[in-house]
Amino acid sequence: MADVSFTVGRGEVAALLGPYGSGKSTLMRCLIGYFSPTSGHVRVGGIDVGEDPVAARRRLGYLPEQVTLYPDLTVRRYLAFVAGAKGLASGGRRAAVDDAMARCALAHVADQRTGTLSKGYRQRVGLAQALLGDPEVLVLDEPTVGLDPVQTVELRELVRGLGGERTVLLSTHVLHEAAVLCTRVVILSRGRLVAEDTPAELARRLEGAAHVVVRVEGPAGEVAAVLAALPGVTAVEPQPADAGAGMAFVLRAPDAAPVQRAVAAAVVGRGWTLLEVRTAGPALEELFVRAVR
Amino acid sequence: MRAFVALLRKELRHYFGSPLVYLVGAAFLAYTGYAFHADLIQFLTFGFGLNIMENLWQVVFLDVRLAVLLAVPLLTMRLLAEERRLGTLELLLTYPMTDRVVVAAKLVACLVVLAALLACTFVYPLWLNVLQPFPLAPVVAGFLGLFLLAAGCAAYGLFVSACTDSQVLASFLTLMPLLILWFLSWNEATSPGGPARVVEAVSLFNHFQPFTVGVIDARDVFYFLMLAGGFTWGTLRVLEARQWRGRR
Repeated sequence: MADVSFTVGRGEVAALLGPYGSGKSTLMRCLIGYFSPTSGHVRVGGIDVGEDPVAARRRLGYLPEQVTLYPDLTVRRYLAFVAGAKGLASGGRRAAVDDAMARCALAHVADQRTGTLSKGYRQRVGLAQALLGDPEVLVLDEPTVGLDPVQTVELRELVRGLGGERTVLLSTHVLHEAAVLCTRVVILSRGRLVAEDTPAELARRLEGAAHVVVRVEGPAGEVAAVLAALPGVTAVEPQPADAGAGMAFVLRAPDAAPVQRAVAAAVVGRGWTLLEVRTAGPALEELFVRAVR
Repeated sequence: MRAFVALLRKELRHYFGSPLVYLVGAAFLAYTGYAFHADLIQFLTFGFGLNIMENLWQVVFLDVRLAVLLAVPLLTMRLLAEERRLGTLELLLTYPMTDRVVVAAKLVACLVVLAALLACTFVYPLWLNVLQPFPLAPVVAGFLGLFLLAAGCAAYGLFVSACTDSQVLASFLTLMPLLILWFLSWNEATSPGGPARVVEAVSLFNHFQPFTVGVIDARDVFYFLMLAGGFTWGTLRVLEARQWRGRR
């Protein structure tokens, strides 16, 4: 990895995006002091992870990509062990464990051995152990990988609930997840940082990426010509015929709003039927593919 | 310190919550009990009235140490290898504590088990002492020797366990060198001179034998402490190697 430099502010939820093998996990392991970088620094709340890993880790909660638990410990016992290993005072351990279990909805499996838990529950136990010790910063490596859709939504809700009070950095290759959860996106490719911004700002920066989807009933050739002549439109892309009525077109424009207004007047004025006009921001997929290339 | 206690408790719970310790303990006590019985019969038949340290306890201690050498690999093999295989090591090493705490807790837990096994064998001299009083102090020196031997071997076993994620391999690679280190000085008569001196200096046997007759020599104590310290240091370096090996 080289030239990776970014800052996540307090209370932000940031996503580390990148294809498989782009260095997300390695970067996260550097952040938590499991690996130390050959050059460069990681600071957590002002503490250099390389210089004082123990103090830095006290402020960090980490969920590894593969949540590995001791299979013959029960959930409660495992979390009690982690609380001890994280140096929590023995008086407050029970309360801390109960609190973490309540947050991650684990109370009803508290006395089950971790080896018998499903993947979704193991992931929640992983999150619960990260939360123990009340760290300011959470580093979550692919928290929703391998979960079923219901579990994924539940876990996202959990993570969303953590933002605000804590700083969360999660890695993912599910772009939708980054879009719905995060206030900041960092894109990695082949060990390098290729983009870093808020999802909205990233979209704005990629000019011309905004587009207007129009669906019209009328003579296809004429419609396309009229749409192309509208001010501000840089390209018209007829869409292949589908099950819907009429013809769909995608209009490219630097600024979508005026185009949207002009479309209605132009189409209706010629007596054609306007079935749909909507803007679609550039999908994160598109940004991602562009950035990674 | 809290982290150390939490880890130590986890390790001890793992030891005493699994059948392995009980099986190893049963075999250990059966073997040493039988050895004590046989050695006592031998002593009564052929050496009665002679020095009890040299003619009974020395033989018993040499028998017990074989049981120690055989038991240690079974007790150390899973310490780090299993954590590596399960992947729990990564998470463990990201908690706010140093690698040293992890290694220390594991080594101490193993020593607690070994000390418990040795404490059970202390019944033999106590029982004999009730039947026929004899000086116990030199026997205690023998037990100190056994414990030091066990500590050195356990540190080596922990080191091997840190190097692999296979418990079977860890156990085998622990046992073989220990046995070789033990046999090392047995052929010293055939190779006099330079090399033999070196062999004598590193032989487990040569450093253990004085304890069995009640002699505590600082050099021997130092040898076993060096062994334990050296391999503990090595274990820490192996854990550190994740930095440049780039894997867990």
